[in-house]
Amino acid sequence: MLETIGISSVDELFDDIPRALRASPLRLDPPEPELELAARLTALAARNRTDLASFLGAGAYRHWSPPAVDQLLLRGEWYTAYTPYQPEVSQGTLQSIYEYQSLLAELTGLDVVSASHYDGGAATAEAALMTCRATGRGRLLVSRAIHPHYRGTLATYADGAGLAVDEIPLVAEGPLAGTTDLGALARLLADSDHPVAGVVVAQPNVLGLLEDMPEVGRLAHAAGALFVSVIEPVSLAVLAPPGAYAADIAAGEGQPLGIPLGYGGPYLGIVACTDALMRQIPGRLVGLTKDLDGRRAFVMTMRAREQDIRRERAASNICTNQALLALAASIYLATIGPHGLRDVAALGAVHASELAAALAAVGAPRLHAGPYLNELVVRVPDAPAVHARLLDRGVLAGIPTAELLPDEPALADGLLVCATEVTTPAEIARFAEALRAELAGPVMAEAVR
Amino acid sequence: MSVVGERLQPTLFELGKHGRGGGKIPHPPKDALDRIPAAARRASAPALPELSELEVVRHYVNLSQLNYSVDTGFYPLGSCTMKFNPKLNEWAARLPGFAGLHPMAPDAVAQGTLQLLYELEAILAEISGMDAVTLQPAAGAQGELTGILVIRAYHRARGDTERCEVLVPDSSHGTNPATATMAGYRTVTIPSAPDGGVDIDAFKAALGPKTAAIMITNPSTLGLFETRIGELLEATHAAGALAYMDGANLNAILGRFKPGEAGFDVMHFNTHKTFSTPHGGGGPGAGPVGARASLAPYLPAPRVIREADGTYRLERTGERPSSIGRMRSFFGSTGVLVRAYAYLRAHGDSGLREVSDDAVLAANYLKARLAGSYDIPFERACKHEFVASAAGIKHRTGVRTLDIAKRLIDKGYHPPTIYFPLTVEEAMLIEPTETETLETLDGFADALIEIAHEAEADPGVVTSAPHDAPVRRLDEATAARQPNLRWRAMTGEQTPCPD
Repeated sequence: MLETIGISSVDELFDDIPRALRASPLRLDPPEPELELAARLTALAARNRTDLASFLGAGAYRHWSPPAVDQLLLRGEWYTAYTPYQPEVSQGTLQSIYEYQSLLAELTGLDVVSASHYDGGAATAEAALMTCRATGRGRLLVSRAIHPHYRGTLATYADGAGLAVDEIPLVAEGPLAGTTDLGALARLLADSDHPVAGVVVAQPNVLGLLEDMPEVGRLAHAAGALFVSVIEPVSLAVLAPPGAYAADIAAGEGQPLGIPLGYGGPYLGIVACTDALMRQIPGRLVGLTKDLDGRRAFVMTMRAREQDIRRERAASNICTNQALLALAASIYLATIGPHGLRDVAALGAVHASELAAALAAVGAPRLHAGPYLNELVVRVPDAPAVHARLLDRGVLAGIPTAELLPDEPALADGLLVCATEVTTPAEIARFAEALRAELAGPVMAEAVR
Repeated sequence: MSVVGERLQPTLFELGKHGRGGGKIPHPPKDALDRIPAAARRASAPALPELSELEVVRHYVNLSQLNYSVDTGFYPLGSCTMKFNPKLNEWAARLPGFAGLHPMAPDAVAQGTLQLLYELEAILAEISGMDAVTLQPAAGAQGELTGILVIRAYHRARGDTERCEVLVPDSSHGTNPATATMAGYRTVTIPSAPDGGVDIDAFKAALGPKTAAIMITNPSTLGLFETRIGELLEATHAAGALAYMDGANLNAILGRFKPGEAGFDVMHFNTHKTFSTPHGGGGPGAGPVGARASLAPYLPAPRVIREADGTYRLERTGERPSSIGRMRSFFGSTGVLVRAYAYLRAHGDSGLREVSDDAVLAANYLKARLAGSYDIPFERACKHEFVASAAGIKHRTGVRTLDIAKRLIDKGYHPPTIYFPLTVEEAMLIEPTETETLETLDGFADALIEIAHEAEADPGVVTSAPHDAPVRRLDEATAARQPNLRWRAMTGEQTPCPD
């Protein structure tokens, strides 16, 4: 090889790096043989605790993913390919993305689905930015009951783009406690000096409660704003889809569709919108077309929105996205089917009812009165301390609401807990017993032990 | 149009038949949802396809056969670093302790993952010569946005608010100017010098009190090391601006050039390029960002902290108020980072240097092999990739780079990146990576040389390629003019729920 190139050593190929700028030696460990590396990784993984009865949700959910999903994902033809720039040898990826767009369009009741964003937070931020491009307005109203990480992400993106964000407060008490304050929303929308581009509300919201989404849509549209619904995809098997209550954009986290928890990623950002917003949606889109011989085929389309064509005038800088996770979601939906997905959602609701009843029976009633699907807040005095002690008893008791939403005084004594189809009666009993012992005080706790 | 060709597949929706599938999830009681108000409930079930597991498996296995992939062949897609994805890494990411860990789990539950992430930050800092690393960005482009927002926060914190421009070369990735816009900056595009490199003098002339940052890919998107980069970095800092390095081409310089040591202030890594995490048909990636100490306060939160007692924890909400905040939910694409960690440990100090040596050797070898048959606009030693051009062939025969790319498909290869960088006529950006054998490189060179001969002798066979792919060239214009972005036949007939 050196002879063909016309050099005598590989080092000559690096002569163009100025001497003064050459690297100091790499101070890293030497190469590790696979056997030893496998042992290291096994030991690290084992340091994470997997023995807990977990009731943790808050934006990422434990579900049964049929083994077919991961076994199909492990085919190298899927995961070692890249963006389908050459459609003639990428019809597998292209058709799978078109099918993903179609499945999610059906689930959300909207028309156009992008071929993936990074996660629920980035998807929500991109959706909010879309409303500003589409309306030419620069102000966003964001419910304080969307996931705080999504609010944070949206704030970062909005700051970059020079957009104003106002938060819509929560109702503090009464039958609507814990939901977005629609009276406050109406007042925020009424400020005609600062017209609103988009209103962002989650269904279910971060506290697990169901919002009056049709009313949010009416208020937003009456003020000329667009309506972004932040969704959880499994719930859409049983809850009204965004298209049914006139949302213009749906954004959300696709992880519940067969994707492992994996400490936060890689996940799947979902963005869907109406036909009217098709040219504003960021990210890749795959369309149906035909080849020279008239065969049906699929191709990336409407590329003029994208960064590699449009550069500084692109709809977003997004390039590599989450294609393999979109594939995972499609395989999951195809395997579990429409009735299976409904069963997943409904069984989660059943288990959540059982969880709520079991916790209420030991002195931790629900904190809110409104309807919920499979996630709820229970009232526990000194919740963060109790949460820590329950961990010692082998129970991951959701998350203290005081940590999730520290700025909400009404949530100081709450645990946000979640059940899904995989939650068992034995886990619920373990949680209830441990909580009964904690709430009964140290003497009783000892007695129970 | 015919629905499918010999190898093409019907869609899930055409395959579905009412009553197929099931058996995965127990049926809940019929009154399961009675406590949900009717107004909040879905009126009719989503019309998703119903399929047996066998049908699903065959569908996706057969569809996979329509893809070209690294596991099936040589994939010299320039700028994308399509190297082999070691199988150990897939195994590691699926270990139940890693894969099953909830992202909101308390730190005490997550010590193994936190330790891995902490060590990974340190390894990336050492490779880049940077002082601090965030692992949060989900992809290279998000890493760029993170880096530019960090730079903006730095200027703002110093009260330096007049800086509104980002300078990028015209050969840059499209993500660079798109990122500048998302961060609220105006992009100033600097034309390249005749030698293909960044025009250092033009850059220096454009620098000024309005410049917030320059964004440089080094080695450049032409695969060339910017030999005058030191001079440009000095001028940038003299102007009060900061220097961002797009790390897309890091695969060429591991152990040879540390951007932080050389004077860059911020950079991103593409784990799916340099550290072999799979490309996944278009993601997921991960885009960690390294920064020098003066910028560390602004990195996204949370980062991983090692306590004096050797335990690890995430930064708490509000612990570092100077942070630009969050770029996404939760910690980051941890599963991708586990794979990158495994790759970095497997290679270690000497292995990483070998990666770059072999990648650069392979690229220079291919460049030498093709020099007689294609235009090589920049003759000096390339790094991990190089640009060849079919401009001469096009002028003589009418055969374009696009045609040559399609003809490569017939010969069993994935085409290189074409028509990028935009600065070279009829460009082919070829990146062989370090993981290919000499036999593979020779086979590819022979194929490209043969196509150059075909272009002269029988141009029709090239311009009508591919002949041997699942489909022929596609009607992209109609796809864009009359977008069909979802299957619609299904919406006419909703399958009833059995219960």
